Amino acid sequence: MALLPIEAFVLSKEAPARPPPPRGQIRWRKTLFGDAISAAVTAVIIVTALFVLPKLVQWAVVSGVWTGGPSACHDGGACWAFLREKAPQILFGLYPPNDRWRPILVILLFLGLALWTMPPRHWSVATLWAWAVGVAAALVLMGGGVFGLKAVPTASWGGLPITLLLTVLSLSAGFPLAVLLALGRQSRLPAIRVLCIGFVELVRALPLLTMLFIASLLSPLMLPNGLSIDNFLRALVALTIYAAAYLAEVLRGGLQAIPRGQYEAACALALNKWKTARLIVLPQAIAKVIPPLTNTIVVTVKNTSLVLVVGLFDLLSAGRAALADPVWPAPYTETFLFIALIYFAICFSISRYSLFLERRMASEGRQ
Amino acid sequence: MRPSSCIIAGLSIAVLTLIGGCSPHGSRTNQDGIGGTLAAVRSRGYVSCGASQGTIGFSAPNSQGYWLGLDVDVCRAVAAAVLGDKNKARFLPLTGAQRLTALQTGQIDLIARTLTWTLSRDANGVNFTLPNFYDYVGFLVRKDHNAAKAADLKNASVCVQTGSTIEVTLADVSRRENLGLRPVIFDSVEGSRQAFFSGRCDALITDASALTSVRAVLSKNAADYVIVPADNQIEALTPAVRHGDDHWFDIVKFSIAALIDAEQLGITQKNVDDMLKSSDPDVRRFLGVEKGNGKALGLSEDWAYQVIKQVGNYGEVYNRNVGDDSALKIPRGLNRLQRDGGLMVPIPFN
Amino acid sequence: MNTSSRKAIRNRSIGDYLVQAVVVGALLLLLAWLAANTIDNLRLRGITVGFDFLSREARFSISDTVLPYSPADTFAWAFLVGLCNTLFLSAIVAVASTLLGFCVALGRRSSHPLSNLISTIFVDTVRNIPVLVLLLFVYSLIIFELPDPVTARVWHGFFLNNRGFYGPALSWIGSGLHWSFPHMGHFNIDGGWIVSPELAAAVAGLTIYSTAFSAEIIRGGIDAVYKGQWEAGRALGLADKQVLRLVILPQALRVIVPPMTSQYVIIVKNSTLALMVGYAEINFVTSTTINQTGQAVEGTAILMTVFLVISLMASWLMNILNRRYVLVEH
Repeated sequence: MALLPIEAFVLSKEAPARPPPPRGQIRWRKTLFGDAISAAVTAVIIVTALFVLPKLVQWAVVSGVWTGGPSACHDGGACWAFLREKAPQILFGLYPPNDRWRPILVILLFLGLALWTMPPRHWSVATLWAWAVGVAAALVLMGGGVFGLKAVPTASWGGLPITLLLTVLSLSAGFPLAVLLALGRQSRLPAIRVLCIGFVELVRALPLLTMLFIASLLSPLMLPNGLSIDNFLRALVALTIYAAAYLAEVLRGGLQAIPRGQYEAACALALNKWKTARLIVLPQAIAKVIPPLTNTIVVTVKNTSLVLVVGLFDLLSAGRAALADPVWPAPYTETFLFIALIYFAICFSISRYSLFLERRMASEGRQ
Repeated sequence: MRPSSCIIAGLSIAVLTLIGGCSPHGSRTNQDGIGGTLAAVRSRGYVSCGASQGTIGFSAPNSQGYWLGLDVDVCRAVAAAVLGDKNKARFLPLTGAQRLTALQTGQIDLIARTLTWTLSRDANGVNFTLPNFYDYVGFLVRKDHNAAKAADLKNASVCVQTGSTIEVTLADVSRRENLGLRPVIFDSVEGSRQAFFSGRCDALITDASALTSVRAVLSKNAADYVIVPADNQIEALTPAVRHGDDHWFDIVKFSIAALIDAEQLGITQKNVDDMLKSSDPDVRRFLGVEKGNGKALGLSEDWAYQVIKQVGNYGEVYNRNVGDDSALKIPRGLNRLQRDGGLMVPIPFN
Repeated sequence: MNTSSRKAIRNRSIGDYLVQAVVVGALLLLLAWLAANTIDNLRLRGITVGFDFLSREARFSISDTVLPYSPADTFAWAFLVGLCNTLFLSAIVAVASTLLGFCVALGRRSSHPLSNLISTIFVDTVRNIPVLVLLLFVYSLIIFELPDPVTARVWHGFFLNNRGFYGPALSWIGSGLHWSFPHMGHFNIDGGWIVSPELAAAVAGLTIYSTAFSAEIIRGGIDAVYKGQWEAGRALGLADKQVLRLVILPQALRVIVPPMTSQYVIIVKNSTLALMVGYAEINFVTSTTINQTGQAVEGTAILMTVFLVISLMASWLMNILNRRYVLVEH
C-alpha cells in the first residue's frame, strides 16, 4: 500500500467558520426549561418566590416599624425599633453602660488585628506578638481595675466581646496544646501515643454541651476546697480543650502528609528530635493545613454560642435576655435574624478567607 | 512564620488567659473549710451571692447592671452586716442546674434565689436559713378558660421551666388528680413564658409570685389572666448557705431576722437614726446601743443598724421590690408579720 | 556493631522508659489529686455518693417520649428514655439530612442557574450560623407564626397549629383496630397522633444545619471522581442520570462514607442542643436529675459513658464500611 502524501492530512484551504455557540437567552431558556425536570424545578422555585417574597417584603419593609417606642410595634410587621433600642444590650450584655467604650474598643482591636493578619505577607513573629499584646490589652480593657479603669467582674461581661474573647483565647491557648497532642500521636513511645490518642478521641466523642456541663458542674468539685474559678474561665477551659482536640486532628493531617524523606534528611543532618519537629516537620505540616486551620476558627466562633448553658451572657444569650424585657413585645424573629447576621458576617468572612488561602496554596503548588 | 515562635506566643497568650480570665473570684478566696467564711469574706472585701438570671422583683439587674430585688436585698443586708456596706455584694447569675453545686462547692457564700426549702436539698449539703418569702405554686391561665382550681385543667398543655421543684409539683398534681397534664419543658424562664404567651400552652406553672410578675409585666391585659393554685402546699423560699460553717449560717440567719425584727419594732430606714435615742430596751439592744449582740455574732455592734440604715426593714424591702411600690404589686398575704396574721415571725434579739 | 552504638541504643531505650514513666506518673498524680479533691469536697459538703438514686422514683415529667414513661418510673428508666429520645431524633435527622444533602449537592453541581444559586446560598448561609441560633429561630417561628388551636386548620382529620401537627391514628382499643381522629377538646386537640412543635423544631433545625454539611461532603465525593469517568460513561451511551447512578456514585461512596460517618456522630452530639427548644433528650434528663438529686458526678459519668459508647460504635461501624468499600474498588 502506497503511502499517502502528507498533503492528504493537511487542509489546503481555510475551513468555513462555524456559527457562534448559542448565547444569552437561548442558553438560559435551555437550562431553565431544557427538559421536564429543569422546567419543573424552575416552576417550583418561581412559584415559591412569588408566594414568599411579597409577604416577606410586606412584613419587613411595608409594615415594618423602624422608629418609636414599645407601643409603636403592632401585630403583623417587623419590629426593627426593638433592635434599635436593644442593640447595645445585645452587643454588650450587662456591661456598665457608661463604660461601653471599652468593649467597643475591644471589638475594634480584634477587627484591626484580624484585618492586619489577613495578607500572608504579614505573617511574622511580630504579628504573633501583636496578637499576644492585643489579647492582653483586651483583657485589661474588659476587666479594668488598673490604669484608673473601673473594675468590671467577668459576670458583667457580655455580648460580642465575650464571643470574640472566647474564640481568640480558646484558639490561642488550644493551639500549642494541639501541636503537642499531634506530635504525641506520632511518638514512638507507646504510652505517650496512647495518652494523646485517648485524650483527643475522648474529647471528640463528647458533645460540647456536655463538656460545658462538666466544666460548670464538676470543676468546682474537682478543685481543692475553696479554690473556685469563675464561669468565664470554666467555659474557656472547656472551649480550649475542645478546640485543642480538633486542631490536633487537623495538624495530624498535615503531619501525615510530610514525606518520610524529610525525617531521614533531618536525621542525616544530625538534628535531634525536637529540632527536627521544630525546624523541619512543623513548619511544613502547619503550612499544609492553614486552610482547615482557618476553618476551625469558624467552628470555634459558632461553638461559643453554647456558653449560655453555663450562664455567660454571650451574643446569643444577651439577645435572649433583651427579649425578656417586659415592656417590649418580644420580636423573636427579628432578634434572631440580627444575631444570626452578626455570626454570619464573622464566619462567612473567615470561610471566604480560608477559601482564598486554599486557592492561593493550590496555585503555588502548581508553580 | 516559625512554629516555635508560634508556640511561644500561643503559650504566652494561654498564660495571659489564665491570669486575665481569673476574676477576683479566681484566686484562692473562699477559704472556708469548716468555718472561716466570715474571714474569707472580710479579706476578699465582698459577699458573693448566687442570683437568678433575671427574676424581676427577686433578683434581676436593671439596665445599669445594678442588681435589685427581694433576694438581692437579703444579700445586701448580709454585706451591710458583715462589711458595713450594702454595695460590697457581688451577684453571680446561676442557672437552675448550677445553683446548688455553686453553693456546695464554695463558689458563692450564700444563695438567695427563690430557692424552696426541701428535705432533700437540706440533706444534700445545704443549710436553709430563714424564709424571706412564702409562696405557693400556681397556674397562670387565661380567664376565658373558666378554670378555678387545678382539677379544671384536664388535658391542658402546661409550660414549665426545668431546674426547680416546680416540675415535680406539676407531675405530682397531674398524677394525684389524674389530670393528664401535658408538660412542655424549657431550660429557661423566658422560654416557658414566651411559649405560654404565644399560645403554645394553656397554662404556665411556677411560683405564684413569679406568675404575678409575669402577669403584671408581660401580658397585654393583666385582667385577662387568673392564677389558679396548684395544690395546698406553701413553699418557703429561703436563702441558704452550705453545710459546715455554723458561724456564717448564724450571721445570714440573723441578717434576715434583723429585717423582720426591725419591722416589728417599728424601725425604718428613715427613723433608724432617731431610734438610736429610743429608751425601748428591745430597740436599744437591736441597734447595738446596748452592746452584746454584735460580739455574740462576731460582728461590729452596729451591724443591725447598718442593715436597716442601708437596706430598710422587711416591710420596706417587700414594698420596694414586690409590693405596692413595685410593678408587681403582690399583696403581703402570708408574708405579713405574725402579729398581722402572716407567717413572718420575729426572732428575739437577746 | 560496636559496643558504643549498642550502649547508645540501650541508653535510648532507658530514656524512653523514663520519659513515659514520668508522663504517666504525672498524669496519674493529677488524676489522683482531682479525685482526692472531689472526695474531700463531697465529704465536706455532706453529699452522698453512689448510684442508689437510679432506682428511686424520678417524679419529674418528660414530654414527647419514644418509650413509655411516667413520673412514677425510676431515674434509671428516665435515663434510658432520654437516650432513646436522643437516638430517635438523631436517626430522623441523619436520614433526612442525607437525602436533602444529596439533593442540594446535585443542585450545586447542576447547570440550572436558579437551583445552583439557591443551593449555594443555602449552604453558605447555614454553614456560617451557629446551630443553636438556627434551632431557637425555627422554634420561635413555629410557636409564634402558626395559628393557635382555636383557629386550627383542619384538613381531613389533620390539624396544624402551634401545638403541633396532628393526624388520625390507627390504634388497638379493646376488641380491635380503631381509627382515632384528632378532635378539639376543651384545651387541646385530643386523639390521633401528634408531632409536637418541640420535636418538629429540633428535627427541622438540626436537619437544615446538617443538610448543609452533608451536601458539601456528597458534592466533594462526586467531584473526587475523575472527570474521565463521566466522559467514559457518556461514551458508552449512558444518560447522565445513569452515569451518576451506575458509575459515579459507587466510586464517590468510597470518599463519602468516612466523613459521613463522622457527620452522623456530629448529629448525635448536636442533638443534645434540642433541650434548648424543649425536646427532652439525654442531656435534659441528666441535668434535671442532677438538679433534683444533686448527684452531679454520677450524672455526668453516665452522660460521658453514653457518648463514648456511641462514638466508639460509630468508628467501629466506619471501619467495617471502609473495608467493604475498599474491597469494591479493587
